[in-house]
This record gives sequence, C-alpha cells and structure tokens, in this order.
Amino acid sequence: MISASAIRWVLKPAVFVAALGPVGWLVWAGLTGHLSANPLSDLTNETGLWALRFICITLAITPFRRLTGWHAAIRFRRMTGLFAFFYGSLHFLTYVIADRFAGLDFPDGIVAWSTVVNLAVSVGDDIYKRPFITIGFTTLMLLLPLAVTSTAGWIRRLGGKQWQALHRLIYVAALTAILHYWWLVKADLTSPQRYALVVGALLMFRLVWARSRASAPVRQKSATT
Amino acid sequence: MLIKHPSDIRSSEITDQKLYANRREFIMAAGAAAGAALLSGANRVLHAAGQPAPHGRKLDGVIKSPFSAAVGDEKVNTWEQITTYNNFYEFGTEKESPSMYAKALKTEPWRVRVDGECAKPGDYHIDDILKGQTLEERVYRLRCVEAWSMVVPWIGFPLSNFVKRVEPTAKAKFIEFNTLADPSQMVGVRSPVLRWPYTEALRLDEAMHPLAILAVGLYGEEMPKQDGAPIRLIVPWKYGFKSAKSIVRIRFTERQPLNSWQESQPSEYGFYSNVNPAVDHPRWTQATERRIGEFFRRKTLMFNGYADQVASLYSGMDLKRNY
Repeated sequence: MISASAIRWVLKPAVFVAALGPVGWLVWAGLTGHLSANPLSDLTNETGLWALRFICITLAITPFRRLTGWHAAIRFRRMTGLFAFFYGSLHFLTYVIADRFAGLDFPDGIVAWSTVVNLAVSVGDDIYKRPFITIGFTTLMLLLPLAVTSTAGWIRRLGGKQWQALHRLIYVAALTAILHYWWLVKADLTSPQRYALVVGALLMFRLVWARSRASAPVRQKSATT
Repeated sequence: MLIKHPSDIRSSEITDQKLYANRREFIMAAGAAAGAALLSGANRVLHAAGQPAPHGRKLDGVIKSPFSAAVGDEKVNTWEQITTYNNFYEFGTEKESPSMYAKALKTEPWRVRVDGECAKPGDYHIDDILKGQTLEERVYRLRCVEAWSMVVPWIGFPLSNFVKRVEPTAKAKFIEFNTLADPSQMVGVRSPVLRWPYTEALRLDEAMHPLAILAVGLYGEEMPKQDGAPIRLIVPWKYGFKSAKSIVRIRFTERQPLNSWQESQPSEYGFYSNVNPAVDHPRWTQATERRIGEFFRRKTLMFNGYADQVASLYSGMDLKRNY
C-alpha cells in the first residue's frame, strides 16, 4: 500500500497538477490559435465539460474505494470536488464575459458604472428567462456551499452527520448538470446521454450498496440465533 | 477498550475475494482507462482547430455582383474560418467534424434529380446545370440559428435561372431540396440525428428572389467539400440551416414540405426560419450574434440585413407565428 506521506507529498500534488491540465491547455491553445474558429464558445464548452467530468470523478471515489478496498482514495475527494467547483466557476465566468458582457451596449463607454449595472441585469435576466441557464446556474449554486464547507474547520463546526447530509447535494448537482447539458444540445444527444449513464451508474452503486448493507444485519441475526 | 471482534464485521463490508485478489489489475485497468480518456480528450482538443480545406480548382469568368452586401466595417471571413467551422451533420455534429470527414465525399460525377410539379424533370449533370450560367461573386452574411455569423464570398448564380429552365407547373407552390445521404461517404448519416436525407424547402416566390443562389464555390475556387460541394443553396436572409448543401434532388410540390429540422423540433425550427432579432429561439436570444473572429457581439439585423430586398415577400404575415 502507498504510505500516507507518499500520498501527501507525491500523489496529491501530482493529481493537483494534472487537474490543472485542462485549464492550462485551454489557455495555451487559446493564445496560440489551437482552438476552433470560435474560441470563446470552445472555452465555455470545455470548462463546462470539465466541471461535469470532475463531478463524475468525485462521485466515483466512494465506489472506487469500496470496490478496491483502497480507502486512502477518500483523501482525493475534497480536491476533485473543489476542481469541479473551479471549472464550474470558470464556465460561468466565460459565459458572463463572452456571452453577456460582449453583448452589452456601452452608452457611457466600457469603464463605467452603467456597464456593471447592465451586466448584472443582463445576467439576471438570462438566468430568469432561459431554463437551461437557470438549471446551470442552480448547479453552481449547489456546489458553492460544498466548496465553502470543504475545510476541516467546517466539518467540525457542522458535525460529521450534518456535514455529510449537506454534501449529498452533489447528487442533486450532478443531475442538474446533466439536465443543463441535455437542454443545451440541438439534436445530437449522444454526449449528454453518455454522461447521464455515468452519473446514473454512480448513483445506482450507492443505492445498491446501501441496500445490501441494510439487509446484512438481518442475515447476521438469523445466523446467531 | 472495546476491541472489534472479527465476527462484528458485516459480510457486506468484506470485499469480495475475487475482487480483492484482482485489485491490482482492477486499479491498473481503471488507470489505463482514465489515461486513455485523458489522451483522447487531449487529442480532441488538439484537433479542435480543424483542417482547412485544400485549395481547389479556380473558377473562370466570375463577375462581381451588385447584390453583394455592402460590407463596410464587416470583414470577410478567412478561408480557414469558413472551411473549419461548419454545421454539416452528414459529417458529424461537431463544428470541426466536416473539415475532418468531408474528404470522403465523391463530387464527380454529380447529378441532381429534378422532379415533381415541373415540365422538365430529369437527372441533370452538374456541367449541364452550369451551362450558360454566368458565375457571380456574392459576398453575403451567413447567420447561423446558433447565434454566430460569418461573411462569405460565395460564387454562384441565381436559383431562379435554374427554376425557370425546368419550368414549374401552375401547381408548384414549393421547392424542396435534398442533400446526399450516403452512409458510405458520410459518417454522420450512420446515426439518426436528423431525418435523412436532409430536407429543406422554400416557397416558390422565395426561390425566385434574386438574392437566392445556387452556389458552386467560394473565394474564387470550387466549393470545398465541408461547405457543401459541389452545389448548394444560399438564402442569405434565412438561418443557415435553410441553405441545403451537396444537393442531389430538387422537387416541386403543391403542399408545403416538412423540413428535417422542423420535424425534429417543431417548436424551435419553423418552415420560414427568417433571420429575426425580435423572435428568440426558445432556448437562446436571436437579438445578437457572434461574428466569427470578433469579441463583441453584433446586433442581429432583420432578415440578416436584407430587409429592403426581401421584406415584401412577407407583407401581411405574422412573423412571430410563422417563425
């Protein structure tokens, strides 16, 4: 087995750097013209996809731990969860800049108070008016409290049980993220369907696991009596 | 101190022995799968820039057209942009897919079947269709329903010239276009994303409008395959999907045909699909658009800026209902 210090000083930093890979890649590709003819749309799409991928990775940690018995896997969960929030925030930011800010009128020039107000109104309007934006924004809002309470201090303050209950919100976030992707697509649903399958399997695993645990003590009782 | 007795461990907590014995292989396999996924992701991003079309045969005798858009501050998009960023679902649904897979399209020989309500039906060879036509350069705005746009220097001739030649009957009210749907040449046709063959149609008076053209090239060269070689429709005041590519059939009908997009999402894609900033797509705004190559979004113009020429076609019509 890998020692605790190896996890802390080697594996975790390695995973951290790898998780920064996609954003590093996007910045490099964007600056050197390796994205498509519509780079702003690529940035929005790719950051969104990576947020969804990190949600899936985070949800995969518990099943992975159960199946392999390698319980130290849990030590990566906070990091992958925070990366899901990180990519989700980048996704929202690219949308605000490339979609909303770039579409504003600038009656008083770009650097003006009216720009701030108009941008806020434009983002708010869009979130209110368009269901797929509403659900996407909801996903980010679901991840926000999880990111905030991801520290050891917050686990202590909330108590393990409540903290865990709060963090089950990631199940909801995974579902709303899929819905957001599903509603965005014009005709080819292949990719959202694939992610729905992955998320479905990861949630199913938990259901099946909880059931088999619930039925286990019964078997044990009958064996001892 | 409470020492956990082995029998206190619930059976469900004990990892399946086979799984345990194979744990290294399992972890290796999972690692390999993750690695493969990462590599394919990187590969996809690497190829996201697409592959610009090779330059084709130069077209002779092309004249400038007064119908070209007054470009002003609008720049014509580059060959690379026009040939790497395409919606051509017959070659896949990603923007770069056509630039990667359209090579497989065989454009010679090419015939267009003309049938339905007309006096001169038949299979027309592309050389025959082009015979006697003066090719014009028409610099048009192209507005995609997805709210991005380009300016493209098409080469073509008025659709009306060809329509007159095949003599539609008095019954003909609509003209329908089909794109080639050959799964052996077109990877996208192998999945039922839309109803194949791709179908688009116009009212006959729309088709007779001088702005509507059959295009056979761009930038003075024959049409790149990813842009709908060898012959395609261009209707600049409508969303891009109305302009069928790689046309193999033209049919005149009395009844309004059902278009592929209209059939797939009737609430989102109507028969007319005129560019209209006042009528939003149910899921996004059509009031602004991203011109490819620009950061700030442009205001979308009524009929894509061709209102002076085409608005009369729709006088008295409720364009919110007839979207």
